[in-house]
Amino acid sequence: MSEKRIALGLRNITKVFGDKYANKNVSLDVYHGEILSVLGENGSGKTSLMNVVAGIYTPDYGQIFIDGKEVSINSPKDAFSFNVGMIHQHFKLVDVFSATENIVLGIDDGGFDLKKAREKIVQIAEKYGFIIDPDKKIYDMSVSEKQTVEIIRVLYRGADILILDEPTAVLTPQETKVLFNVLRRMRDDGKSIIIITHKLHEVLSLSDRVAVLRKGEYAGTVITSQTNEKELTELMVGGKADLNIHRDEPKNAATRLTVSGINCKNREGVTVLKDVSFEAKAGEILGIAGIAGSGQRELLEAIAGLQKLEDGEVVYIDPKTHEKENLRNKTPLEIREMGVRLSFVPEDRLGMGLVGNMGIVDNMMLRSYRKGHSMFVSRKEPKNLADEIIDRLHIVTPDAETPVRRLSGGNVQKVLVGREIAAAPTVLMAAYPVRGLDIGASHTIYDLLNEQKKKGVAVIFVGEDLDVLIELCDRIMVLSGGAVSGIVNGRQTTKEEIGLLMTKSKEESANEQ
Amino acid sequence: MLITFLSKAVEQAIPLLFGSTGEIITEKSGNLNLGIPGIMYMGGCAGIMGAYIYENSVAVPSPFWCILIPLLSSVIGAGFLALIYSFLTITLRANQNVTGLAITTFGIGFSDFFGGSLVGIMGGDGQLSVVTSASYFKKSLPFADNLGRVGELFFSYGFLAYLAIIIAIVAAWFLKRTRSGLQLRAVGENPATADAAGINVTKYKYIATCIGGIIAGLGGLYFIMDYTGGSWTSGGFGDRGWLAIALVIFATWKPNIGILGSFIFGGLYIAYYYTGNLGRSAGELFKMLPYLVTIIVLVITSMRNKKENQPPESLGLPYFREER
Amino acid sequence: MNNNGTTINKNAQQIHEPLFQVTKRAYTTWQKAWIIRAVAIAVALVICAVVIVLVTGLNPLNVYGTMFEGNFGTERKIWNLLREIAMLLCVSLAVTPAFKMKFWNIGAEGQSLIGALASVACMIYLGDKLPNGVLIPVMLISSVLAGALWGLIPAYFKAKFNTNETLFTLMMNYIAMQLVAFCIVFWENPKNSNNVGVINSSSKSGWLPVIGDQKYLLPVLIVALLTAVMFIYLRYSKQGYEISVVGESQNTAKYVGINVKKVVLRTMAISGAICGIAGFLITSGVDHSIRSDTIGGLGFTAIMVSWLAKFNPIYMVLSSFLIVFLEIGASSIATDFKLNESIADVLTGIILFFIIGSEFFIQYKLKFHKRDKKEA
Repeated sequence: MSEKRIALGLRNITKVFGDKYANKNVSLDVYHGEILSVLGENGSGKTSLMNVVAGIYTPDYGQIFIDGKEVSINSPKDAFSFNVGMIHQHFKLVDVFSATENIVLGIDDGGFDLKKAREKIVQIAEKYGFIIDPDKKIYDMSVSEKQTVEIIRVLYRGADILILDEPTAVLTPQETKVLFNVLRRMRDDGKSIIIITHKLHEVLSLSDRVAVLRKGEYAGTVITSQTNEKELTELMVGGKADLNIHRDEPKNAATRLTVSGINCKNREGVTVLKDVSFEAKAGEILGIAGIAGSGQRELLEAIAGLQKLEDGEVVYIDPKTHEKENLRNKTPLEIREMGVRLSFVPEDRLGMGLVGNMGIVDNMMLRSYRKGHSMFVSRKEPKNLADEIIDRLHIVTPDAETPVRRLSGGNVQKVLVGREIAAAPTVLMAAYPVRGLDIGASHTIYDLLNEQKKKGVAVIFVGEDLDVLIELCDRIMVLSGGAVSGIVNGRQTTKEEIGLLMTKSKEESANEQ
Repeated sequence: MLITFLSKAVEQAIPLLFGSTGEIITEKSGNLNLGIPGIMYMGGCAGIMGAYIYENSVAVPSPFWCILIPLLSSVIGAGFLALIYSFLTITLRANQNVTGLAITTFGIGFSDFFGGSLVGIMGGDGQLSVVTSASYFKKSLPFADNLGRVGELFFSYGFLAYLAIIIAIVAAWFLKRTRSGLQLRAVGENPATADAAGINVTKYKYIATCIGGIIAGLGGLYFIMDYTGGSWTSGGFGDRGWLAIALVIFATWKPNIGILGSFIFGGLYIAYYYTGNLGRSAGELFKMLPYLVTIIVLVITSMRNKKENQPPESLGLPYFREER
Repeated sequence: MNNNGTTINKNAQQIHEPLFQVTKRAYTTWQKAWIIRAVAIAVALVICAVVIVLVTGLNPLNVYGTMFEGNFGTERKIWNLLREIAMLLCVSLAVTPAFKMKFWNIGAEGQSLIGALASVACMIYLGDKLPNGVLIPVMLISSVLAGALWGLIPAYFKAKFNTNETLFTLMMNYIAMQLVAFCIVFWENPKNSNNVGVINSSSKSGWLPVIGDQKYLLPVLIVALLTAVMFIYLRYSKQGYEISVVGESQNTAKYVGINVKKVVLRTMAISGAICGIAGFLITSGVDHSIRSDTIGGLGFTAIMVSWLAKFNPIYMVLSSFLIVFLEIGASSIATDFKLNESIADVLTGIILFFIIGSEFFIQYKLKFHKRDKKEA
């Protein structure tokens, strides 16, 4: 290759939501035949920038150049006409349609011949090494199959510039490997690949160059072979970051919760938890690792009384009386009425933990409104609690009545964690509590968890970043395909060990079948 | 008597079939148009108004214009209301239920007002009636009389009846077998997906809602020009508009099943005339049956939870691309 | 060369800017919101005036004068106005808790009608057996139970199988109407008139007592009380809070241990029960009779009243006043100028279109495109 040609150029792209800048004066270039990573913390504006390129958002300001010519992209259709295709993090597929029907959607090439389309799909799949059943309905597909449909759709349209938004978040390491091979083949075919991610090791292993965004602004581009994790982190965070997480030795670690042999099915009747057993101890943080969708959510929900158990027991041991209480198939309300102080920070903050359209005061009330025999709610105590939490956790909000959905992600999480901690829990479960938070806010959350650990709370922490899990947790339980594949000591384990465990039982069970 | 019953049932079925085909096309775009009853009234009323004005402005009405003018007026009247609904719900993203009910209020009010006072406004006397035009609408196929019972059952209806069936078949084919049909269904299932695929969601919603409204309006036109023989009675159309919406559910959003369903509903609607001496009370209970059956179908489909028989997934929800 | 030419052409075509851009407002002050609504109503009234002039050739100012006259002209008219507001408000109060829960109950028409049917049945069958002091409470209770039952049926299937409630409640309306039509066959007086006539016209048994010499005072007071109770219930009670949580997010509700199915059933029972009260007031307090259109579309109008008031019972007093004022006004235009009284619906429809449309400008703002282009 002689000289690299610029495929896509962005100049001063600015996008504002309400009064917040999602992107501010971002300029960057993508060449033909390269893989560019767009790296940034959560909330740094990676996705909104790419949505601008894909025609989902209209920029408030700035220019887009394709092959050196200025273009205006006002809709996804415009984007396709310039051979730009985006694979979104949340798949945009119609559930009741087949793969083929989804792939041809929105293409007008004269006739309407699904048979011909099907042949072309098979061809593309063969060329790049995909496995796909063109007639399968989307609602029958696994996550990685859906992703395959998305990628083929973009290729089917002849895209030269492919944008992938966090494509590995839902994949197993094996599936990730396959995907990366496919992407490399596409690059060698002359296509430009933009991959949005916040995982450093992926950036380093896959991409040719890395463009970094920080708080909506462009922080610079580096060539992958000339950089390292440390430099990238500093670019992402801006300045030197103290990435060390504090960890105390657990004291008087008495067993607080015994989970033995639980099995669980989801709505579709698929087994999501297989014979899961473990103990959670007071005064320690138990980490739970695993590929997304390995049963983490169901496990916490099963303990919290939100999932029906097919089999097994969840036994709580009271810290004072040492009495054992069986929580199996109790509702959340019954669990509270038994005097079990179980707090739960769910993954979906605004969809489950909080009510987005209510203010902080009313959200505080979610846990406490039943108190007392009166027919009416009292807003006095929740108001005091709200003020206290705003003050103590430095929550940025106009006032305690502003709907929480208007707050930033970090502040929303502080409201939720603050409320759950305020209930003086003896067991605290947190699912992905730092997802979407910047590094500063993440550390606030780690500190809060450590503080609870010190108080003798049994903390269960579901995380996705293995580095954090290893630094924060005393023990780490690894889930794979809904089963426990191992429990390791957080002080002695390595990323590699956990990584192996994350896929272990899946392969084994595949061999058994 | 069976033949008479069946052919009467068909006459009852046709307005429902128009209405439900129109509403299916509308709902497939994700719009739950509860304005359909008003739109059907409007289609009928605009048609008869057009016919009346034409009949009164020429000495000898020609058959061609006698058919074309009411047809066009009906299309314009119903299409206009559907356009208002589209503008409010699609462009202005208003609540679909509220908008639909307002359309029904307006449509029925407009129709009853002009249906009742057009003659007066034009300086005439008596009831609004267009016998000449209606006779062309009622004209059955020429060979119907020669075929005896078969003729009565299959060929004794005005052209709109056949049009209703043709439209339903074409709509079924369109939804299932064409690119635009596929894209329309995608819009109703998941507009964000359709949008990301480069489909113009707004355009599809507008076109589907307006064409759906126009088709439903023809149901009103058939009722006035053919069934009642071209004379307006206030509130004569009754609750057929709502029955058409019920039929959409009964047909599980498939226009071809709608044909069969409309005949069943039509039959149930008049069954009490033919059930011997059960009396008026039984008649009222028979009229309840279509609604009851619809509820049963609704409950069964929700119990079985089969993906293909569910309402379009985003039915009733407005779409805003930059929502976050 | 040729190739180049087409590319440029293509680009020239594609650099078209949208005329304006729509964005969601972060926040709208209530003053601004009400100004937008007032402007919408004003524009709607102008359009209505144009329609009136086009149809009748009358001076629209006279016509609006007539409207005012029709509502406030005499003491009797004022009481009629109050009664109509009370009835509409009562049904609107009924649908509100369901709507707050995002349960689209469009079956208030049927729930009220079935309540009315229960009252009338008591009047007819128990009218000569029980004294008024017992009969009226019995009527009220049976109306409430009947209405609640009519609301519970769709709620049960919603809770159990997630059956679409909009369509279910809609169908239930017509089942109620046919049920009433069925009963009328047995109750009609005189025979074959298909009309029940005034029930117990001599004994007045089962008629709501007249207080303060005003026939409609008692129903109006009952609805006023109900409004206050509903306001307090939704805003300050634990159950009202649960309704809001379920309406905003069912997952959150489950997470904090709210039994969602129970709340759905309970709220729909309340919704149906208040509809039952409306049916009771209409039959026992106003009509003393029943037809299958006794409710006269109140169930549908109530949806608009509730929605326009953003589900706030106090604002609903205003929105129901607005709609009733228009309807009475328009029908007095009709009588005074010898028009068909359906003109009322036409005018109401036009005004509703504008109010519905105006909500858009409260929630979103239009930004006209003036993108500066800097040379790179």
